[in-house]
Amino acid sequence: MSAAVRWVPFKTIVIKEINRILRIWGQTLVPPAITMTLYFLIFGQLVGSRIGEMGGHRYMDFIVPGLVMMSVIQNAYANVVSSFFGSKFGRYVEELLVSPTPNWVILAGYVSGGVLRGCMVGGIVLIVSLLFTDLSIAHPLVMLASVILAAVLFALAGFVNAVYAKKFDDISIIPTFILTPLTYLGGVFYSVSLLPEFWRNVSLANPILYTVNAFRFGVLGESDVPVGTAFAIMLVSILVLGAYCLRLLDKGVGLRA
Amino acid sequence: MYALDVVDLKKTYGTRVEALKGISLTVEEGDFFALLGPNGAGKSTLIGIAASLVRPSSGDIKVFGKSVVTERSAAVAHIGLVPQEFNFNQFEKPFEILVNQAGYYGVPRELAKTRAEQYLKQLSLWDKRDVASRTLSGGMKRRLMIARAMMHTPKLLILDEPTAGVDIEIRRSMWTYLKDINRAGTTVILTTHYLEEAESLCRNIAIIDHGMIVKNTTVKALLGTLDRETFVFDLSQPLAVAPDLPDCLVHRVDDTTIEVDVPRGTELNGLFAILSAAGIGVRSMRNKANRLEELFVRLLEKPKDAA
Ligand SMILES: Nc1ncnc2c1ncn2[C@@H]1O[C@H](COP(=O)(O)OP(=O)(O)OP(=O)(O)O)[C@@H](O)[C@H]1O
Ligand SMILES: [Mg+2]
Repeated sequence: MSAAVRWVPFKTIVIKEINRILRIWGQTLVPPAITMTLYFLIFGQLVGSRIGEMGGHRYMDFIVPGLVMMSVIQNAYANVVSSFFGSKFGRYVEELLVSPTPNWVILAGYVSGGVLRGCMVGGIVLIVSLLFTDLSIAHPLVMLASVILAAVLFALAGFVNAVYAKKFDDISIIPTFILTPLTYLGGVFYSVSLLPEFWRNVSLANPILYTVNAFRFGVLGESDVPVGTAFAIMLVSILVLGAYCLRLLDKGVGLRA
Repeated sequence: MYALDVVDLKKTYGTRVEALKGISLTVEEGDFFALLGPNGAGKSTLIGIAASLVRPSSGDIKVFGKSVVTERSAAVAHIGLVPQEFNFNQFEKPFEILVNQAGYYGVPRELAKTRAEQYLKQLSLWDKRDVASRTLSGGMKRRLMIARAMMHTPKLLILDEPTAGVDIEIRRSMWTYLKDINRAGTTVILTTHYLEEAESLCRNIAIIDHGMIVKNTTVKALLGTLDRETFVFDLSQPLAVAPDLPDCLVHRVDDTTIEVDVPRGTELNGLFAILSAAGIGVRSMRNKANRLEELFVRLLEKPKDAA
């Protein structure tokens, strides 16, 4: 099979995803910007001024990386789950399934769409945060790498959700009951060093903790967990979840009768 | 090499629904092939397997020699599919839909745009290129799916009831279009419930019922097996009893209508002479049904009678 058979379909899926994000920008880009602005205002400004320092930083500065990462994760996930489930629901996923496009290209295309949405929203939130604080970024490359890995990881998770989803309810259950709680408990608003030892150890089982801390290290130069460990965990999770997604596609779960 | 080679294909949905019970058939390259059968016969299942949307329980389909089971990408690259149900994104525009579809087959974007224009124009959809596709009429949506299937210039075009719900004029123009692309070398397979369509378009035909092939032959040979034809006569005066006509079965439908079952090759002049002599005037005459339709009904009835 020629390289074009892989590259052109990949590019096509990505363009289609970007067009989708921009076509429904009122659903994809605006709501997270508004929510995060409220978080900055309420937690950062109002409550934060009374909290004082967290992890050796102004509370506002502490939560900015967490909130950016939270937006990246939620939006990477949401984009893939709703776009891919939508294509199943509207049956236009068949356009791809009848084509020679290999499964890994389909996966790579949708995941890239999720990463792009995550990065767009993350970028918007980062810009909004500049209204409240002036951040200096300690390690830009670490920051960038952590955003991309986290986005890939949660885009893959969104893909799994979409493959198993049979109705629209199924694509909101996981974000509501798993993703959001894990995010709140993942050290976005507090340093896990504040927790009693038991809960600190429990927190270490939460993948979001590593993404948030890797990113916080990129911005503030500090992290609750070793950065190397955080990256290793993200990479391994991506490999495992990616392999799982490909297996689902190869078996045609929820896609081919 | 066959365009399509179906080898002992079986498909059971879940554990109970046996949609295909072991089908074998071949379609020659360049053929115009009709797949006929009543609702639920298994036509769409067969097509779904060819397009890799449905996995066979056993057996295989080879598309230009490539197995859909073991060489999926190579096999489906040859196929253009027009499915029975609309399956494009209703929020996208026809132009986008076509260009993206071509992209999935590796057609570079610039070429895809040129082709999209060409096919949208050929199928009279150019005006509609930039509207949300959900606003197209049913017939336009069907044509959009035909255009979409052509975007990678497939060697085999498979259409699952392409003319369902399409008005007569558009149907005729679709026929012309399909004949043209077949003449240009594309193998065409279609399913339809309009037997007139199969008769006027197709060279070969397979009739499938309950997941099995009932008949697989040429349209010509099939029509050749018809030994009787039924005509409906509208009479100028009311009639109390059906007239006697030699070798024919006459059935009185109502006062002024009779149906006459005539052996093939009978001189109709003779019949008219007898009717005239008996003082019966015939105001008009027509075929009772499409000839193929009668055969079709008979073929499908046979197994039921036996059962
Ligand atoms: N996804 C599916 N799951 C379960 N059963 C199915 C599925 N698709 C089709 N069937 C069953 O398989 C049988 C064959 O269906 P199929 O759609 O192939 O028929 P068809 O010949 O295309 O009929 P029609 O002319 O109505 O389109 C039917 O009994 C149908 O109910
Ligand atoms: Mg069907």
